[in-house]
Amino acid sequence: MSVIEVNHLTKYYGKARGIIDVSFHVNEGENFGFIGPNGAGKTTTIRLLLSLIYPTSGSGTIFGKDCIKYGPELRQEIGYLPSEVFYYERMKVIELLKYSASFYNRDCTQRMHELAELMELELHRRIEDLSYGNRKKVGIVQGLLHQPKLLFLDEPTAGLDPLMQRKFFQLIREENQRGVTVFFSSHILGEVQRMCNRVGIIKEGRIIEIADIRTLQQNNYKKVRVAATDLDAAYFDIPGVTNLEHHNGTVRFFYKGDINAVMRKIGEITVSDVTIEEPTLEEIFMHYYE
Amino acid sequence: MTMNIFRQELKMHLRSVITWSVAVAALIFVYVSLFSSFAKDAELLNEMMANFPKELLTAFGLKGVDLSTVLGYFGFVFLFVQICLAIQAANYGFSLVSIEEREWTADFLLAKPVGRTQILTSKLLAALSGLAITDIVVWISSLAFITLFKGERTYEVNPLLLLLLSIVVFQLFFLTVGLVVSLLVKRIRSVTPYSMALGFGMYVLAVFGDMLGESTLEKVTPFKHFEPNYILQNGAWDLPLVLISISVIVISLVGSYVLYTRRDIPAVV
Repeated sequence: MSVIEVNHLTKYYGKARGIIDVSFHVNEGENFGFIGPNGAGKTTTIRLLLSLIYPTSGSGTIFGKDCIKYGPELRQEIGYLPSEVFYYERMKVIELLKYSASFYNRDCTQRMHELAELMELELHRRIEDLSYGNRKKVGIVQGLLHQPKLLFLDEPTAGLDPLMQRKFFQLIREENQRGVTVFFSSHILGEVQRMCNRVGIIKEGRIIEIADIRTLQQNNYKKVRVAATDLDAAYFDIPGVTNLEHHNGTVRFFYKGDINAVMRKIGEITVSDVTIEEPTLEEIFMHYYE
Repeated sequence: MTMNIFRQELKMHLRSVITWSVAVAALIFVYVSLFSSFAKDAELLNEMMANFPKELLTAFGLKGVDLSTVLGYFGFVFLFVQICLAIQAANYGFSLVSIEEREWTADFLLAKPVGRTQILTSKLLAALSGLAITDIVVWISSLAFITLFKGERTYEVNPLLLLLLSIVVFQLFFLTVGLVVSLLVKRIRSVTPYSMALGFGMYVLAVFGDMLGESTLEKVTPFKHFEPNYILQNGAWDLPLVLISISVIVISLVGSYVLYTRRDIPAVV
């Protein structure tokens, strides 16, 4: 069953482009990654599905119901963690969380305290005194305390230290295993690759690819840089290598295919330095445009 | 309406409600306490006022007013009360929805399982409750301080009660107009300039209307719809004008609901 179904969703802010003709679906229990650079339309898509904004054309359904018409009812089962978290400055954390819980038709007290403890959140501090990272934790707790069946995470890790990020990912994984559907928006490819089964890639308001994460990784380029003396760039001109460059004794290229082929080539020469890294998202996009 | 939003809103209004109520009560106290000294030299005062330029008297709502009577004096005082109430109500109207967008908390509230109509109704009722508290303070302090300082003089109670009751509609005008304007513009960065402009603007319109003898202006501004001297002298509201106020309130309210339920909530970019 599709939990989210988006059909030809288009949003213009006046003349400014939001998203154009976006269609995709997210299955129940799936952890769907939504990646794209800033300004690509990730947040716009989420805000349309939460009916914070209204589409220019097209529609979206959640749990099979129109996301605008049944918005209030649907949001009983939706948790939302926005990329920028803002809460009532004068409230204490505990007041904010209780206020948040008061909207749901169930008792959230126990889960609220569990989550606060897990995220090491101090409940009696005022929101205005919190650092960005701590505000983000408030956001996580308030987004999860009602045990929603669908989670919208919009660049959730920004502002969290690595330890908290790990805890957060663990938490989301557990939720996901319990059957919660996750819509994970991010511009960090690595975390999406770690978390998600399937991804949609959005660029300049349009979906340019929806793929299984494995397929995407297999099709992925590696970025290779080899530094060595007396090296000829042509040495690496093997099948799968593109964008071959030679500069100041350093050879750079993209490689797609069996990584062992490159490793063997490198192993045959004396090198002073080697890096092999994931291409940045930008570089993957370049690939999609080729 | 949802009770949790209402309670939360009322809590957020409370400090401002108390401040305004105390300020207005203090204003009434200070002016009314001066009444006996005014009244003592009433002859002299009325004579002096006769020499003032007519425009100046009009500006302060003193034209054809006998400051030596309780109601004549209170009508003059009440103009200042009205200005305060107008600004307070306009403040609440302009900030009702816009504050959530300015401080970016709208995403939090609107992602909760409530409809926008419910949110707006809860917010409106909370603001109204705040204004009602101020009203009660104005009513009690007006009656108390008049009784305290009127001395031997007597006055008719009914016109005074009509004037005091009129502030409910008067505030509604500024609350709802503020609200609908805040929904017509894209973003309100600061509420004060807007509420000052609306409050004083309407007052200035009333004054200009008087000075120029321009009766079209008085149709626009609630300061004319609920002119203290008119109510006190006639013991009645100027009904056609009051109906204009009420129509504006109804239109603004309906407009606000229509605009708010269709509004795109701005996001941080």
